[in-house]
Amino acid sequence: MKAKLAIDQSRRALIKGAGALVCGVLLTVRKSEATPASMQAAIRTVFGNAEIGKGKVTLDIPSLVENGNTVPMTVSVESPMTATDYVKSIHVFNEKNPQPNVIGIHLGPRAGKASVATRIRLADSQKVVAIAQMSDGSVWSGQVDVIVTLAACVEGL
Amino acid sequence: MARALINVPPRAKRGQVIEIKTLISHVMETGFRPSSIGVLLPRYIITEFVCTYDGQEIFRADLYPAISANPFITFHTVATQSGTLTFTWTGDNGFSVTEQAAITVE
Repeated sequence: MKAKLAIDQSRRALIKGAGALVCGVLLTVRKSEATPASMQAAIRTVFGNAEIGKGKVTLDIPSLVENGNTVPMTVSVESPMTATDYVKSIHVFNEKNPQPNVIGIHLGPRAGKASVATRIRLADSQKVVAIAQMSDGSVWSGQVDVIVTLAACVEGL
Repeated sequence: MARALINVPPRAKRGQVIEIKTLISHVMETGFRPSSIGVLLPRYIITEFVCTYDGQEIFRADLYPAISANPFITFHTVATQSGTLTFTWTGDNGFSVTEQAAITVE
């Protein structure tokens, strides 16, 4: 009886241990899903050490893209766009194209509405990030994950 | 000469936010693609687009190779007074195109 109890307990300990290990692995996997270094470096060259908040910026790209050569993209920022409170600039970055920069937009109070649309190239399924700087110096970001079935041509002709 | 298309509403009410659409024909060669003989094609892109309203800059964009061929840009501005909008695209190999559009504000 006593021996059986001991086995029971060691089995429980083993299960607990295994559970903890699995949780640990899952947590580390999630943590390592960081944005690639080149994109971070590009963001830091533009915005320096400014603290980047989440929100206010809406990046509108279809989540499933058939052709990576022309991907319609609309980026808009919540702002009253008055003479004292407006969006100064919007920069868009990507993770997996050969270069991290996509577009840099400079606006002023005369823009009336902080909404810009263009067409971009995406070389792979990836994360696209838009970061906006306001007239008061605060920095906000928005991001979107895009799946690309046909990549923008980086191969030969 | 590259062909440019611009869509500006011909008339607007004072203070109204108007949408401006621009399209220009350009290959936007990225500089990352090899040619048929295996040598990388040199980069040839538009690097900057500027829009001025009666001489005052209202919109500027720095373009990178990640912008599609024939760059299409849509943006907004407030119709303040009747005047001219000037659009300038500049890029590699001395590429430069300037177009104008008039707007009547009442």
